Amino acid sequence: MLKDVDLDLYKGENLVVLGKSGSGKSVLIKIMVGLLKQDKGIMKVLGKDVANLGTKELNELRLKIGFSFQNSALYDSMTVKENMEFPLVRNVKNLTRKEKDKKIEALLDSVGLPQSINQMPSELSGGQKKRIGVARTLILEPEIMLYDEPTAGLDPITCMDINNLIVQVREEYNTSSIVITHDLTCAKVTGDRMAVLLDGQFDAVGTFEEVFPNAEDERIKSFYDYNFINS
Amino acid sequence: MTEKAEDRKPLLSKKIDKFFTGLADAWNFVRRFFKEVFVPPYEFREVVQQCYRIGVESLPLIALTGFIVGIVFTNQSRPSLSEFGATSWLPSLISIAVVRAMGPLVTALIAAGKVGSSIGAEIGSMKVTEQIDAMEVSATNPFKFLVVTRVLATTFMIPILVMFTDFVALMGSFLSVNANENVSLTTFFVQVFEAISFLDIISSVLKALLFGFTIGIVGCYKGYNSSKGTEGVGRAANAAVVMAMFLIFIEELLVLQIVNAIRMM
Repeated sequence: MLKDVDLDLYKGENLVVLGKSGSGKSVLIKIMVGLLKQDKGIMKVLGKDVANLGTKELNELRLKIGFSFQNSALYDSMTVKENMEFPLVRNVKNLTRKEKDKKIEALLDSVGLPQSINQMPSELSGGQKKRIGVARTLILEPEIMLYDEPTAGLDPITCMDINNLIVQVREEYNTSSIVITHDLTCAKVTGDRMAVLLDGQFDAVGTFEEVFPNAEDERIKSFYDYNFINS
Repeated sequence: MTEKAEDRKPLLSKKIDKFFTGLADAWNFVRRFFKEVFVPPYEFREVVQQCYRIGVESLPLIALTGFIVGIVFTNQSRPSLSEFGATSWLPSLISIAVVRAMGPLVTALIAAGKVGSSIGAEIGSMKVTEQIDAMEVSATNPFKFLVVTRVLATTFMIPILVMFTDFVALMGSFLSVNANENVSLTTFFVQVFEAISFLDIISSVLKALLFGFTIGIVGCYKGYNSSKGTEGVGRAANAAVVMAMFLIFIEELLVLQIVNAIRMM
């Protein structure tokens, strides 16, 4: 699926990985957090070779990476507050009950959903779930954020809210991010650099203006044309 | 990506390979449970919550089933005993049948259907919606939080439910015996306790522990390994029930042989 993939993520940047569905974009970020293992090559995250880490070291690394899933992956038997508390109570021992509550309220406030604190995920819209998912990911103050198709299945207005949230997270929390998407609007708004994945390789890497719209590769060109000319 | 089992050349045939691979996976799953159960954190709160869901929320169904079993078994046994003028043996007969076999078996079968399917479906749907992956990437051990807690809960609660079923079944039987033979509650229960031995109670509790463990581990295994999509979740729930029921009958047979051998000593 992925062949000869070679890419760097720099501190404080939003890197957007674009490609067709099934091109291996999500596989890439899942390898980064150790959910999948590569057949060959080395995946280094924050200086650590992910595939060769023991359970304890992998968990220590995972605390520094936030993963926002495509379908939010909120725990549906728990309220929003319990969802937010879940990683916090298990990984941060030196906070009082009050401090934890304050942290949760502040994060919900920053994603614009303070009123949802006692709601169940089933009571939330798709966009709200995405935002709560991002808030839950931020609760452990990660250094790297990974967004898997953050705007998938959302209406254009909610997509812009999510895009703006991704930019806001980078600015407020000084995270480095990889955004996996095939949505060029999301890529344009959120990305400092783009990397287009074609046939398992990064075919073009650069800013939006460098990669699009005057791409020479027909496949990249059609990507741009379909998103901006035909819509 | 690492090579999937399906892509390797089969040793004998794909079906036989799949069967033995499945057995090995199941064995590794059970081994992992025993490895993780003794290592902190213990997730006590989740265990207690699951005990409530599995135990307390099953009480009404278990109570009704046990009660009906007690009445039906008494009424069905009465004609045979009355031919020999032996209806006074009804309390003893019912207590032996309920405590030794029917209490644990009926409870386990009901629990396999109610609890096993619920666990299989819940964990299966968490798998397909990436909730398990989300736990993993937040540096939480999903196996411990989901599997260990539920298996402990079923192992603890099924014996308690069995004792409850036994009591309710005997009460159902008493109502029938009292209505027909005019036996008092005291007399009934004196006969009940005279008929059962310490071995009967111990074997019943051990069987219940084994059944509880089976229901929990099978439900969790099927859910944890469910394939993607709603069909996968449905299959996981169904397979959890069928496999648990099958294993419960096998275990009943095995325990019966062991207990009978001990009785012969």
